[in-house]
Amino acid sequence: MAFEYASAPESTSIVTIKGSYDLFINGEFTPGHGTSFTTINPATEEVLATVAEANQDDVNAAVAAARKAYNSTWSKMSGADRGKYLFRIARIMQERGRELAVLESMDNGKPIKESRDVDIPLAAAHFFYHAGWADKLEFAGYGTNPKALGVAAQIIPWNFPLLMLAWKIAPALAAGNTVVLKPAETTPLTALLFAEICQQADLPPGVVNIITGAGDTGRMLVEHPDVNKVAFTGSTTVGQAIQREVAGTNKRLTLELGGKAANIIFDDAPIDQAIEGIVNGIYFNQGHVCCAGSRLLLQESIAEQTIESLKRRLQTLRLGDPLDKNTDIGAINSREQLNRIIDLTKAGEDEGAERWSPNCAIPDKGFWFAPTIFTNVTQAHRIAREEIFGPVLSVLTFRTPDEAVEKANNSPYGLSAGIWTEKGSRILWMANKMRAGVVWANTFNRFDPASPFGGYKESGFGREGGVQGLGAYLTTEDPS
Amino acid sequence: MMNSNDRLEVRKTHKLFIGGAFPRSESGRTTEVTDHEGAFLANVAMASRKDAREAVIAARTAFASWSRATAYNRGQVLYRIAEVMEGRTDQFVNDIQRTEGVSKKKATGQTQASIDRMVWYAGWADKYSQVIGNTNPVSGPFFNFSIPEPTGVVAAVAPDKPSLLGLVSVVAPIVMTGNSVIVIASNSNPIPAITFSECLATSDVIGGNINILTGDPTEIMPWLAAHADVNALDLTGVTDPTLAKELEVAAAGTVKRVRSAPINPDFEATPTLSRVRAFTEIKTVWHPLGV
Repeated sequence: MAFEYASAPESTSIVTIKGSYDLFINGEFTPGHGTSFTTINPATEEVLATVAEANQDDVNAAVAAARKAYNSTWSKMSGADRGKYLFRIARIMQERGRELAVLESMDNGKPIKESRDVDIPLAAAHFFYHAGWADKLEFAGYGTNPKALGVAAQIIPWNFPLLMLAWKIAPALAAGNTVVLKPAETTPLTALLFAEICQQADLPPGVVNIITGAGDTGRMLVEHPDVNKVAFTGSTTVGQAIQREVAGTNKRLTLELGGKAANIIFDDAPIDQAIEGIVNGIYFNQGHVCCAGSRLLLQESIAEQTIESLKRRLQTLRLGDPLDKNTDIGAINSREQLNRIIDLTKAGEDEGAERWSPNCAIPDKGFWFAPTIFTNVTQAHRIAREEIFGPVLSVLTFRTPDEAVEKANNSPYGLSAGIWTEKGSRILWMANKMRAGVVWANTFNRFDPASPFGGYKESGFGREGGVQGLGAYLTTEDPS
Repeated sequence: MMNSNDRLEVRKTHKLFIGGAFPRSESGRTTEVTDHEGAFLANVAMASRKDAREAVIAARTAFASWSRATAYNRGQVLYRIAEVMEGRTDQFVNDIQRTEGVSKKKATGQTQASIDRMVWYAGWADKYSQVIGNTNPVSGPFFNFSIPEPTGVVAAVAPDKPSLLGLVSVVAPIVMTGNSVIVIASNSNPIPAITFSECLATSDVIGGNINILTGDPTEIMPWLAAHADVNALDLTGVTDPTLAKELEVAAAGTVKRVRSAPINPDFEATPTLSRVRAFTEIKTVWHPLGV
């Protein structure tokens, strides 16, 4: 059973949350003209702040500011100077890292150990990495004279709010574009703090514009005729709608969509490490991860003992206050998402899979879901096909490597995969067979700004990070 | 037509190229193709949606083996196509002259450029992944590398002109990396594409890897754009914005990759790797370092 731990909450005194937030357009906070909305702490259901909603006029103003900044400043600035601004931003993010981490955990519900050790450092690293590209674009392999696209419309999800912002803004700015970014409606606060960071960095007005709102605001932004590039991370359904909307225009598009990754454990795998990898794969960030290892494929000969070990390990996970440094599993980001998880897990039971969760106390307030394992899952079950986006693992088995490949690839998604085995040749053979954009061998859920991320098939197209990610924000002169 | 020694010419039946075979359209339809002055040239098979679906099945089947062929092998297979094309130079020149109405010199130039384009891409097969893939210096004890892989089955529309060079410029970069293709030939000048399919049939191309349909792209492409087993669209020959939009909308159903028609294309200029990038996926593999 779990050891008892004294509570060790991170202080919130480092964060100053304003009562209400305006939009960030042309370097200034300006009131929105839509119906403002609230953002809550999902662990307590307390209102954190009121946030402006951008209506059509506001979207127009933001795109106009980005266009003006592109034409008058950013496209004329040397790459070296663009880079210096990005380096500045990276440094300020590091300086204000703890503040960002606490605010992220309050607005999103993720454990402070993750926002502190993963989200925020990686976000700063993305700016640092891309800063260095700004004056070296001609070396990136996109021709001798690669150019920015213009104004980028960027829409990001709520699961890694600041990190997704960094994935979008850093390469766009390095390549010489200006941006209008819309954070998710349930997690706008770190993006608005990032706006302050842009002010502290003296970033020219209009280079970065942050507009808040929900789906309607996002649609207005995507539809805006003066946008040259659309970058979206989120669900496949919304991604498809955006692809339809962008059809017939000259807007460039990259989509980073859903996933249903297989995490494949062979009988010779280093089993203790694999258990940690399985836990990290699906319970990291409450499973709110598009590349989560949500389908566990166990080789039949080790299935029973692995499930037993996994269950033992799950009993030691601590669910609760996201700001507590000992917390492993934080809050589900919203009631809406919690209901989706509840619906899909109910479908799992109805379709005959066997459900198990450790005994774990659920706080009275807030949105929570205990880590869950489904066994006796078949490939036809909804919980094996649909993205749950929650701490829910579906376990399937296989006998041969070929069967593992067949089952792993049997999905319209193709974002990521995990392979656990001590045999090097098998790792490379399996990695070769996976129809997925990221393959983790004997590890899982690793991210780095130098490492391209993105999917095959219905998990989207385009890459973020690395030299390949830079290409999503550059135009090249192709004769045909 | 009588030739110089008054021998009656044996004419060819112009058929589709699907799965390495030359079927007529299952619809039984043909369409009349004329030369640039309007004189009858041939009744060319007019592919239907069912032909297109058959071609997707053939392309998917071929993808399994072609995508696993070594880069060296793929390069040799493409080079072999060029070799066979070279032997058919006169036939291509004649086709192009008659359908496009250009001089013999221009037709010869286009034929030679097409063969050279095939050789150019053949040489890329064992190099492109070195140029657009790499290792990544991640911050941690991991070996991390990114490599391009073929996207899968690509449905393409060749440009109307240049009928042969446009076709080769579309097909070669798609299949060079291991993809399969269903390509709709130039609607007004399909005959060089049919000669090209005869080159494919007599070279080492896996049956079904390259499928060539003649017919109306406005009729066939919507079915391919909506087909769930097609991974990507190459709309090089789709210059009608209404059709392009319709196809891009349909493509969203399974999140297909789409390369739109180039603006003012110059097919004679040396290409970039843009077409190669458009129909490959970057796969990134992480492996821990340790003892």
